[in-house]
Formats: sequence, structure tokens, C-alpha cells
Amino acid sequence: MSRDAAPILEVTALVKRFGGFRALDGVSLSLHPGEVLGLVGPNGSGKTTCINVISGLYRPDGGSIHFAGHDIGGLASHALARLGINRTFQSPHCFLSLTVAENVAVAAAYGNGGEAADSDRVLAELDLARLADRPAGELNSAEQKRLDLARALATGPKLLLVDELAAGLNPTELGAMAERLRALAAGGMALLVVEHLMGFIDKVTDRVIVMNAGREIFEGRLAEATRDPTVVQVFLGRRHGG
Amino acid sequence: MPDRAEPPRAGIASSPMRARGWRDLAFAGAPLVVLAAIAPALYGNQLLLFNFVTFLALAQGLNVIYGFTGYLPFGYVGFFGAGAYGFAITVMDFHLGPGAGMAVAAAASVVLGMILSPLLRLSGAYFAIASLAAAQALYDIVSNPALDDVTKGPYGVSLSSVFAPDLSYNVAVGIFAFATLLVIWLRNARFGLALRAMRDDPVSAAMAGFPIVRGRTIAWLLSALIAGLAGGAYAWHISVFYPETAFDISFSIFAVVFTLFGGAATLLGPVCGVVLLYGLYNAIGITVPQYFQLIYGLLIMALVLFLPDGLASLLTRRGIRVP
Repeated sequence: MSRDAAPILEVTALVKRFGGFRALDGVSLSLHPGEVLGLVGPNGSGKTTCINVISGLYRPDGGSIHFAGHDIGGLASHALARLGINRTFQSPHCFLSLTVAENVAVAAAYGNGGEAADSDRVLAELDLARLADRPAGELNSAEQKRLDLARALATGPKLLLVDELAAGLNPTELGAMAERLRALAAGGMALLVVEHLMGFIDKVTDRVIVMNAGREIFEGRLAEATRDPTVVQVFLGRRHGG
Repeated sequence: MPDRAEPPRAGIASSPMRARGWRDLAFAGAPLVVLAAIAPALYGNQLLLFNFVTFLALAQGLNVIYGFTGYLPFGYVGFFGAGAYGFAITVMDFHLGPGAGMAVAAAASVVLGMILSPLLRLSGAYFAIASLAAAQALYDIVSNPALDDVTKGPYGVSLSSVFAPDLSYNVAVGIFAFATLLVIWLRNARFGLALRAMRDDPVSAAMAGFPIVRGRTIAWLLSALIAGLAGGAYAWHISVFYPETAFDISFSIFAVVFTLFGGAATLLGPVCGVVLLYGLYNAIGITVPQYFQLIYGLLIMALVLFLPDGLASLLTRRGIRVP
């Protein structure tokens, strides 16, 4: 872990409004290369919005996002992909009429800043090689989730935003996915993981940020979060807050 | 992390794809263009053949935007009319030759495409309707009697000074050849693959690094250019026409139906659509139009219900690749 090195992602006081609703209300976080940060919180707390703003799907309404020294707030998704930021989607966004190999090939051709990515290796690593010539629309949901990840990895990201990748996977697939994400981090990639499955979060992350109503209410290790009175109150209600 | 020791791969536009493109050109594209070029020697009705070639070009031009990006422009005829009137105004008002006329036809359609490119922010039926309205607006401008001095308004134009049926036929074949090359390129290059990815999921395509606004604008302008060139050649070939001829909505509808019938995003699908349906139209549509309309209606219904991806899908769904 290179905690003393400069963070690759630095989000400061990020604000995103939808009409009068502040989906993100001043979130700050930083992430180092090789680190896995978990983002947890109740539904509607702003986790996915946070990923959507960092990945360029929404423009931020306030605050700043710095990636590897660049101010990237408001840049278009394709530019971010070329800089080395990529993501998976809560419900997989595959190119359904294209084959599995073509899905990865598009990302390898356009998202990698001119460097030739090894699509075959990405497919093999995600256990998709035997499906390479099948249309993505024929895959089951677990396979589509892996393809979504493969598409992201084919761009050679330095920062990977993972939005509920574990939901819907069986225990074996969960274990394999956790190991895969740890291996990516071990290779120097920074990961921001949004997830509801706490067992998965526990296995994958180095530290977590707990969000509620667009704000950060806790930062630290998951085990400590479960003992934090504010966190317990948000998840379980006031009577349990102690 | 990528292993630097391994030799880098060539990426998607690698040799198998390029080989496939050359094969499509040699065995499908080139024979079709040659056939279109020699057809007048085999069959006497040159105007009918010209119409066939015009619809082949228009169907492939529509294929570029609809087949690869999913945008269905019902106002596609607007580019055709812009090309026809671009040609006519150059020849009529500026007394220039047909070469200049074709250049202006091309420029007019591309400029119109740029002006209309914000429509690409709409999708589905909204885009289709908005493009139709734009074509109608352009027709109303061109046919306005107040523009009599420029466009001859509703009274139509006569370009007999440059009338050259053989040459203009060959120019139309050239435009069809250009459209054919474009479709072969799109089907076998990474740009076309990225467009199809964007058609399936624009958000994910952007995240794959594809600049979606630039990509769809390029496809839109190329598609407009083909229609504009076809319109220019049409004006040159028939030489006397009215605004309602050049902006006839049938051009849009035919191009859409032919493309859908044969199978969008393939090279041969739209060609089959034109040959079969426009052939049918000429065989019975002119003598007994009521039967033609009945058959046409039934065909379109059957198509939507049973073959939404066109004739080509009969083969592709069995795993057979259609050029």
C-alpha cells in the first residue's frame, strides 16, 4: 500500500443537485493507487450519483474532482475513459447486438489512449473467452456483469468505479469477483466500490465511507463503522443508536 | 496490468476485419456496382434504371445513419431536395456547369446536415418526426412564390441546357459506388463497430472511450451527403421538376421501407429491398396501384410482425454472415 504517495483521485466538497434535491451535499474523498475504498449507505444516500459524477455522466454543481493532478470536473465520459477512469454499471450496460469479443474490442480500440490492449487476455481473465463469439444479448446476468467489467478493464483504467457488481451473483461467483478486484488493486489500480453486500465489502475494501443523504457520515474500517453510533442510527433507526 | 514483454496486438481494425472488408468489396460491392453500370446496355428503359440506382444510393445512405446509429430520419428526402435544388440553382441562376452543380448539391446537403445536427439530441419517434418537419419546412421555403427569382418557387425548374442522360446516369452509379464503399467500410472498421455499440448503449459507448457526439454527427453528415449527391444527379438526369417532385415524401418512405425490408446495417439487405420492392412497385404499382398498395401494406405488416430485422435476419439468425 502506497498511502504516503499522492492520491490518484481527490474529490472535494462535491455537490450535485437535481432540482431542489441535493443528491450530493459536499462529499469529499481521496483514493490512492492500489487502494480499494468502499462506499456504503442506505438507498438514495448518493453513492451511485457520486460514481455518476466522477465518471462524467452528470456535471458537478459544486466542488472539485482531481484525477492524477488534472481537474476533471465536467469532462465528457469518453475523455475520462481515455485519461484512465472507468466504471461498471449497476445493471450491466452491454452492447447487446455485438458479440462479447466486439464489446471488449470497442473499448480496447477507443478507450486506451492509443495503447493496444490485450482483449483476449481480458476475456480470459473474466472467464468470457468461450463466449467470445456469442452476442452479448444471449448472456445471462452474471455473464453480462463480467462483460461490463471486461469492457471497463479493456480501457486499461487507473481508477475503476464499481457500482453494485456483486448484487445477483451466487456465493462462488462472489468469492471469485472479490479475488479479482483484490488482484486488480494489487496491480496498482485504485477502486471505488459501491455495494450493499457487507460481506463482499469486508472482503474487498481497505476502508469505507458511509454516506447518508448526500453526506459522508463515517470514514474508516468497516468493522469500526458497525460500532459507530451515527452509522447504526442511519441503518437501523434511532432506538438502536444507543 | 498489461505485460510490456508481449507483442502489442493491432487492435480491432486488424487483419481479419480488413480481409473481410476486401472480401465484401470483391464479391458483393464491386459486382453490384458493375451491374448497375452496364445495365443500360442490357435494358432499354434508362429512366427506370436511373430510379433504381437512385433508390439504391438512397437506401444505402439511410442505412449509414439508421443501420449503424439507430436514428431513423423520416425527413431524409430533405437532403435529397437540398441537393436537387443546390444543383438547379447553380446551373439556372449562376450558369455554371453540372460539375459545379454537383459540388453545390453536396455542400448544400452537408450544410443542411450541420444545421439539423442538434436534432440528434432527440431519439426514437421524436427524432423521426422532427426530421420530417425540417424537410417539410425546407420544402415550404423552396416552393414559396416569393423566391421565384431564385428557386422558381412552385413553378418548377428546367435544366435542359445541361441535359446529359448517359453521363448523369453514370454519375448516379458513382454515387451508389461511394455509398457501397462507405457501408463496407463501416461494417468492417472499428468506427462502424463503435457506432453500432453506441446504437445499443450510448452511455456505455462513451465510457468505452468513443466520442459519441462526434461519431453520430459524422455518420449523419455522411448520410446527408449521399442523399444530397443523389438529389443533384436526379436533378441533372430528369432536368425538369417541381418542388413537390424533389421533396416527395415517397423518397423517404421508400428508402426506409427498402432498407428495413432487406435488413439494415448490412450491405446486401437494402439492395435486396430495392430490387424486390421497387421491382414489385414497377411491375404492378403503376398499372394496378390498388393491388400494389394492398400488397405493400400486407408486406410491411408481415415484416414488422415476423421479420423486424429484415430479410437478412433469416440468414443471420442461423449464424450465416450476410455481407
